[in-house]
Amino acid sequence: MSLFIQSLINGLNQGAIYALVALGYSMVYGIIRMINFAHGDFIMVGAYTLFYTIPLMVSMGMPAWLSVIIAILVCVIIGVAVEVIAYKPVRGAGSMSALITALAMSLFLENLALVLFGANPKAVPEIFSMPILNIAGIILPSKYIVTLIIGIVMMSGLAFFVKYTTLGQAMRAVPEDKQASTLVGINVNKIITVTFAIGSGLAAVASLMYCSTYPRCTTDMGSMLGLKAFIAAVLGGIGSIPGAMVGGIIVGLLEIFVKVYIAPGWYEAITYGILIVVLLVKPAGLLGKNVGEKV
Amino acid sequence: MSLLKVTNLNVHYGAIHALHDISLEVNEGEVVTLIGANGAGKTTTLHTISGLHKATSGSILLEEHDLMRTEPSKIITLGMAHVPEGRHVFAGMTVEENLLMGAFIHNREKGKIEEDLKSVYERFPRLKERCRQAAGTLSGGEQQMLAVGRALMSRPKILLMDEPSMGLSPLLVKEIFKIIEEVHKQGITILLVEQNAKMALSIADRAYVLETGRIKMSGDAKELLSNDDVRKAYLGV
Repeated sequence: MSLFIQSLINGLNQGAIYALVALGYSMVYGIIRMINFAHGDFIMVGAYTLFYTIPLMVSMGMPAWLSVIIAILVCVIIGVAVEVIAYKPVRGAGSMSALITALAMSLFLENLALVLFGANPKAVPEIFSMPILNIAGIILPSKYIVTLIIGIVMMSGLAFFVKYTTLGQAMRAVPEDKQASTLVGINVNKIITVTFAIGSGLAAVASLMYCSTYPRCTTDMGSMLGLKAFIAAVLGGIGSIPGAMVGGIIVGLLEIFVKVYIAPGWYEAITYGILIVVLLVKPAGLLGKNVGEKV
Repeated sequence: MSLLKVTNLNVHYGAIHALHDISLEVNEGEVVTLIGANGAGKTTTLHTISGLHKATSGSILLEEHDLMRTEPSKIITLGMAHVPEGRHVFAGMTVEENLLMGAFIHNREKGKIEEDLKSVYERFPRLKERCRQAAGTLSGGEQQMLAVGRALMSRPKILLMDEPSMGLSPLLVKEIFKIIEEVHKQGITILLVEQNAKMALSIADRAYVLETGRIKMSGDAKELLSNDDVRKAYLGV
């Protein structure tokens, strides 16, 4: 029983990270029907920012959490820059050009990081040093609780923002119909940029959560994490915000439970296998709407 | 007084010269219709006026504002709303959310929005019945009413309407034209694009006949309705 609860806690922690990353994929896909493969690398950017700014903050006598704000800002700037410089010019050129541009951006960011930071993994210092609780044999690091709370706050905040604010309504209207959005007075390009900014900011928060569980950053850390989060987004129904959350949690739980109960080496095969089964039964994902491509 | 004035408008789609020196004028309080066959350039004309498509040359003035130098999403703030061809409602959003999107530019004036919402619901009771329903589940006629209602939510001075009767049953076509007349009576100027030339000419003050990207004829709508060429080409008599 305690193993089950332990796995549940670990799985939720892992799932919350995937969910936040998946949100970034889903929001961008929802608005411009493009998979931003560089999104995973925004997490790497966030992690390196944390690695460099945490000691800096500490040496300047400032609270370490300020580096989270810096990481969010850096990721937002990188995200918006990638959108404006690389994606916007090819927006009218078809989905294949957009896909290739996104893959190119991903490779570019990874290799730029390799040049700037070197190939050696870096150990990210802890921001919050918090006690590890031991309740009846279940090990519960309190940072997991913080991670989960941050995840829930971020996701419900986003859901509220999209549902009730004017900007959020515009973010829902643009993917529905760009022409009608322009006609009611929404600046579509601005909304796309804002979406990238929010998605990239979420990536920075995800890198904080990731580094608090695995305090290590490498230049290619974003590609695997990004791929799994992308799968989570597809599983939940890409383009759907609640879908990304559900998909992330499911993938996180699956991974941990397969590792613990079935076979540690098989967790990726089984996770992807389940994805294939879900897509065969529900091609649009668990919470996705099955709509034909608009022309 | 001319509210909308288009002068020598030329539009290209790549190498195709779609509109040739189109000039037209809509005066305040008028219903003006633009009729013509499929592919004549009616929708292109409206799209260019609304900034959805860029013109190669010419000028478009809404009162004193140069629309060709206006960011497309800002045009609605100048008092011009566009009911696009094929309705273009936000299918996944509810009817009420669609109407609220129409008031997007007034988003800080809650009282005004409430009032406008009430008057749209009075005009279209069907929409009120279905206010919580996703717009994509409405019938064609209801979606057209929603598209008109959404445009009215911005409090326009001039309404551009693109093929409002398209795909509707004869009974609904009559209803839509009745609505257009009511909206006009309320003091809104209308520029109407229609393939249903007979209905359009019967409610319009003036008309322009568009043929392969050029203005072929223009004048008083009632006169055009009895013009032999127009009758042969567009009214099927």
